[in-house]
Order: sequence, then C-alpha cells, then structure tokens
Amino acid sequence: MFGNLSDRLVETFKNLRSKGKLTASDIDATLREIRRALLEADVALEVVKNFIAAVRERALGDEVSKALNPAQQVVQIVQEELVTILGGSQRQLQFAKNPPTVIMLAGLQGSGKTTLAGKLAKWLKDQNQTPLLVACDLQRPNAVNQLQVIGERVGVPVFAPEEGNGKGNPVAVAKDAIKFAKQKQYSVVLIDTAGRLGIDEEMMQQAKDIRKATEPDEVLFVIDSMIGQDAVNVAKAFEDGVGIDGVVLTKLDGDARGGAALSVAQVTGKPIIFASTGEGVDAFEPFYPDRMASRILDMGDILTLIEQAQKSFDEAEAKAMAEKMAKDAFTLEDFLEQMQQLRKMGSLKSMLGMMPGAGKLKSQLENFDEKEIDRTEAIILSMTPKERKDPKILNGSRRLRIAKGSGMTVTDVNGLVNRFEQAAKIMKTMAKGGNPGIPGMPQGMGAMPRPQAKKDKNKKKAKSGNPAKRAAEISGIQLPKDEGSGSAFGL
Amino acid sequence: MFWRKKSKEDGSPQVQEVELPKRNLTKSIKSIFSRIKFDLEDLGSLEDVLIQADFGVDAAEEIVQELTSIAKKQGLSTEADLKNALKDLLIAKISRTDSALNLDSDQSPNVILVVGVNGAGKTTTIGKLAHYLVSGGAKLTLGAADTFRAAAVEQLATWATRSNAELVGPRTEGQDPAAVAYEAVEAGISNQSDIVIIDTAGRLQNKQGLMDELGKIRRSIEKQAPINEVLLVLDATTGQNALSQAKAFTEVSNVTGIVLTKLDGSAKGGIVYAIQQQLDIPVKLIGVGEGIDDFGFFEPSEFVLGLLGESE
Repeated sequence: MFGNLSDRLVETFKNLRSKGKLTASDIDATLREIRRALLEADVALEVVKNFIAAVRERALGDEVSKALNPAQQVVQIVQEELVTILGGSQRQLQFAKNPPTVIMLAGLQGSGKTTLAGKLAKWLKDQNQTPLLVACDLQRPNAVNQLQVIGERVGVPVFAPEEGNGKGNPVAVAKDAIKFAKQKQYSVVLIDTAGRLGIDEEMMQQAKDIRKATEPDEVLFVIDSMIGQDAVNVAKAFEDGVGIDGVVLTKLDGDARGGAALSVAQVTGKPIIFASTGEGVDAFEPFYPDRMASRILDMGDILTLIEQAQKSFDEAEAKAMAEKMAKDAFTLEDFLEQMQQLRKMGSLKSMLGMMPGAGKLKSQLENFDEKEIDRTEAIILSMTPKERKDPKILNGSRRLRIAKGSGMTVTDVNGLVNRFEQAAKIMKTMAKGGNPGIPGMPQGMGAMPRPQAKKDKNKKKAKSGNPAKRAAEISGIQLPKDEGSGSAFGL
Repeated sequence: MFWRKKSKEDGSPQVQEVELPKRNLTKSIKSIFSRIKFDLEDLGSLEDVLIQADFGVDAAEEIVQELTSIAKKQGLSTEADLKNALKDLLIAKISRTDSALNLDSDQSPNVILVVGVNGAGKTTTIGKLAHYLVSGGAKLTLGAADTFRAAAVEQLATWATRSNAELVGPRTEGQDPAAVAYEAVEAGISNQSDIVIIDTAGRLQNKQGLMDELGKIRRSIEKQAPINEVLLVLDATTGQNALSQAKAFTEVSNVTGIVLTKLDGSAKGGIVYAIQQQLDIPVKLIGVGEGIDDFGFFEPSEFVLGLLGESE
C-alpha cells in the first residue's frame, strides 16, 4: 500500500531542486501522483482525466510563486481547481415563495435517505419552519415505520397513509401529502422515497411521476460518500431520469476519501448542498468545498500550512539566514528571530495537527508544552546583544544575571546554551547540504525534528536546541517524515 | 448448495437440495470490456476499464502486467487469445475452494453473524438467506441485534415472517445488542434451531466504539456456541473504501466470508478482487435485488464472464 499523497509527492520530488518556471516533466511527475490519489479516492476515471488535463494546462501557463517549489505549486493549482468544481455552484437550500416548499429525496438503496430525511426535518424545525415528513418508500420492509420512529425522535409529524412493505402507491401518497400540507399549513414538505437503481426503468419512472405530481422546489440526490467509480453512472441516471437540483453527501463521518463528490459535481453540475456526518439527528452540516478537496487529496490541511508558510517567511531574510548558518555565524539572536518567525505561523500544536498523518500524534501533542518557547525567549531576551552574538563570553556571573532576569535557573540557562551550540552545528551541516524545503524556511527550524534524526543515533541524550524539537523529544514524538529527504513541503 | 439435515427417524443424513433461483449474472453485470480493443501494444484501455470496474489502480496495473507477461510467454497476440488469457487469469485469481457456507448439519445451532457498514444491505441479505435455508428444511432463529437504527427490528421481523423463521428481538428499547445476540443464540439452542443468524447495526469501520461493540457481540455469542460464519456485507457500488471496511471488520470480528450486494445495479464490484488478493477472504454470496429470491452463491467464472461480456 502506498502512503498518502503528500508522502508520495515527497518521494517524487526527492531530488528536485529547481525553482522558478515549472518544466513539463516536473508537472507530469506530480500529476501522475495526483491522478493516482484521485483514483484511489474513487473519483471517476473520466472526471480524473479531464481534471488532470485542465490542471496541466494551467500549471504550464502559470506564473510561479517565489515561495513555492514546483510540487507545492502544482498541488496548489489542484486544490484550487478541486474547490472550483466542488463549490463552483455552491448554494443554500431554496425555499418556495408560496409555501409549502417541497423537497424530494432520491437515491440508491442504502444511501441514507430516510436517516437524512430525519436530520433535514430537525434542521428545518430548528430554523422555525414547520416541516412535514412524507413516507413514500413503500418498498423496503418497514421503511414507513422507520420514518415514523425518526419523526417522533425529532418531533416532526409524518404523513404515512400507507403501511408500505410493497403495498400502496407512492405517487398518490406524495400528491395527497401536498394537499394535506397546504390544508394544515406546513411550510416544508419532505418526501422520502424508496431506494432505486439508476438502471431500473420502472422505478425511475415512478420517481419521475412523484416529481411530476409534487413539483418539488428541490430534488435532492442523496449519495453515499463511499461509492466507487459507478458514481458517474448513477448520477447521470438520476439527473436524466428524475432531474436533480442539489446533492447531499452521506456517511462523511466514515474514512472514505469521498471522490464521488467530485464525480457527481462534475457530471451533473449540480451543487452539493449538505454533508451528512453521522447517525445522530444533528449530524448534518452545510457542505464545505475546501475541506472536501483536502479530504479527497488526503493531504490534511497541508495547503493551509503552505499558505501560512508563504505569508510568514520573507525570502530575502531567509536567504541571509541560510548564508549565516553556512558560515557558522549563526547567533542566539538569529535563533530568537527564527523562533519568532515560527510563531507567526500559529501555534505549534495546531501546525503539527495540520500535517497529514499527524492524527496519530494527537495524544502526544497534548503533552507538548508551548510555554517552552516562552521560556527560551525569556532567557535570550535577558542577554545583552553582545552575549547573544557571542555566547562564548557567557561566564558564571553573566549566566546568573540572565537566570535572574528571566526568572529561570542557571541550569536552564546552561541547558539552553548547550542546546544552541549543538543546534548551530547541526544547522551548519544541513545548510551546507542544501535542502529544498519550504523556501525561506531554514531547515533547522523549518523541518523541526529532521536534523535530530541524524544526530540521535550516537547522542541518545542530546537535547535539541530547538525548543519545539526538544519538547518533541521529551514527549517521545516521532514525527512522521524521514530525515532530510528534501520534502516537497519542507515539513 | 444444499442443506443436509438428519432425518428424524433413523438418524441417517437426508439431503435436501434447494434449487437456487436462476440468476443470469452475466446479464446483471453489464460488461464494460466489450467496448475496448485488446491490443498487446496498448493495454492502457484495459487498465482504464479495470479501474472503472473498481478494481483499484494497483490491482489494475498488476493485472495488465501479468497479462502482458503471460501473452509474451505464450506468444498470444490476437484479441480473442488475449481476452481468453485475461478471463483465465481473473478466474484463477478469485476462485476459492472455501466459498461454500460453512454449515454443519451435525451442529446445533450453527451461528451466522452478519456485519457491515450502514446501508450495505445486511438485513435484506439475512431475509433472503433465511428464506433460502428454511426452504431447504432448516429451522431458523433470527436475532435482531440492530437495536440502534429506527425500526430495524421491525424490518427484520417482517423478513422473519416472510421466511418462517423465529425472531428474537430486544426486550426493551435500545437493549445492549450483545445481550440480544446472546439471548438469540440461547433461544436458538432451546428451540433446537439448526441455524441462528444475528443481524447487527450498521457501523462505519472508523468508529472505534462501535467496532468494540461488535467484538463484544461476537464474544457474547461465543459463550454459548461457536460462530460458523461471520459474513461481511459489502455494497458492490462501494469503491476503494471497501478494502478498509474488510480490514477493519476482519480485525474485530474475524470475517469468514463476503456478501456482495446490489450487483443488479450498474456497479461491477471489482474491489472484491483486491480484497481477495490482499485479505484472503472469499466472496460467498451475492445480492441482486430486493426480492426474497434475489440472491445467489458467488461463482467466480460467472462473475468474470459477466465482466467480460461473454455469456455461456
């Protein structure tokens, strides 16, 4: 099994150093991985092909941002294009000018229509609507019963004149329901229908008849986010057979990557309006295209991270830093500056949390002490500029003064100085080796734990000069990336 | 498949054979291979078609590679030869010797536990299977251990009535499913059922709490009787996530066979190939509709011929 997309891209770009204009081969290498990722996420093949072609064209023509390396560049284009397709026509639920608003649910068997009907009813009720649920699934054993139980749970009345289990005419029930709702002044009519296959002509005709009889304001196509390549056929069949106005993606609380969302959005051009995320009556939310895009790519929020890195790091400043490191002119002042830059990116905990695969680290992250940075900062700020430039002059009395000034102990000060010296050495090595991480992010800081991996082998007790790194060591965090491989993301 | 039942009088085995409903799977699975050309120089379109049948990228690549090397070794080049080679390759890969239901007429009761994600078709599968086994002369008890979903118990009860099986449901609303399963097996023992089938609530495989619950259900059943089969019900429309489902359910409940449902739709169910290759779990049953007879035993050759568009 392959890892997730970001891991694979790291692999693809292991030896890639080029900055500036993307070459066609850079793009193709990345796109091959992205194609695979999309297929593994169950995006339909025809959709993948069109999508990749579009991304390729844009990537070839695009101006390259200074702060991004080619992999990041392509990934960002991919993300943007994904969001465009997924959310291009995003919209809210439409209500009729003259109530009742009629909403009809349609989809395959087991896609989650009845459960969704309950959630939608609850949601509408919470918005001060007066919904009426209508039991038009007269096919599946006890579907009517199920809707009644759900209606009771969410406190919404259910129109169910037929017991179902193969008896009764759903078209007639739907028609009567509208009449009933008008009489009793319900504001929304929610019609649950039987699950049907796209290729079942008789059942599709029935759905069409229900539509004709009720003239719904919204026909919502309910689709399981675990569906595979068949999503395109099913979506087309429902679009052609019944006609759909919007899409609801269900079971998003599972671990399916949900590529079907992209297939359906692309094939039907209809907006995805809601996401259903659990069995509880409240597990239901508006659809977020950006979150879905990241999920399909299995990238965590790495793109957010790339963006933040872009904002936080000044290219020129970073270059100077890299030179300093190479020349062994790295000082405590630089150390502090880097730390402050790192801070701009937001809390370390949330940063680590954004990394793909970091989910496993969550419990360990809980033990991570952000205050460590504050303490280090306090110690360095208690030094004179001269001391910061040349830590060698730090004698006993200076160290005592610094400890008092920062509210720490001499041992803490000693510890910091030692760690700094070690870190400076490592960074020097790293800087000489060169490394295409996030440009402008010196490896010693940017790739927090990575340099450590090299040293750790013979210095088991060595503590990192980087507080983040050290805290990671202390709490036993093993960050998921391999050492110094030239991550495409510098992470 | 038949159900062997001891005749009451002399104890000699009396074989009851039940004719399975005739299912022309080759018609059910609409071929997607018919529209491509088999050309050794360019098997890319074959790879595409396999991907579209939900085989997954890895499996599709692997199959194309193997086919290429077989063709080279055997000097195959015509389209018919290649198609035949592909057919043999696929059939060989998914054929198993252990695809029959592991039921023993000397054991009382045999226990079948049915698991799967929400909406896969567990309850419907149980209804059909129960009807089939009862027609074969077996006495059945169904345990409605899906105490979560609204009206799931009633849904199973309807199937129990249709198929003439006993039903054991929760005594109180929302009773612990493990307790219901326990009581169902207990009832099956005391009413001398040949087979007890336990229905469980649909659960997504990444919900740890619910998966633990499944482990508990399994253990509570095993306190009284060994489990013959743990059937994982998979919706044939499911894509690559089916692999993750198979892995997770096998981990907690030791899945012994797969039921591939909704094969009457336009989905091809190619993911079972990857599941068999990677997890070594046989597909045992298929579901092809909502009717009580709409199911059958999985026949690898039929499945493959259906995919290839060659009726026999």
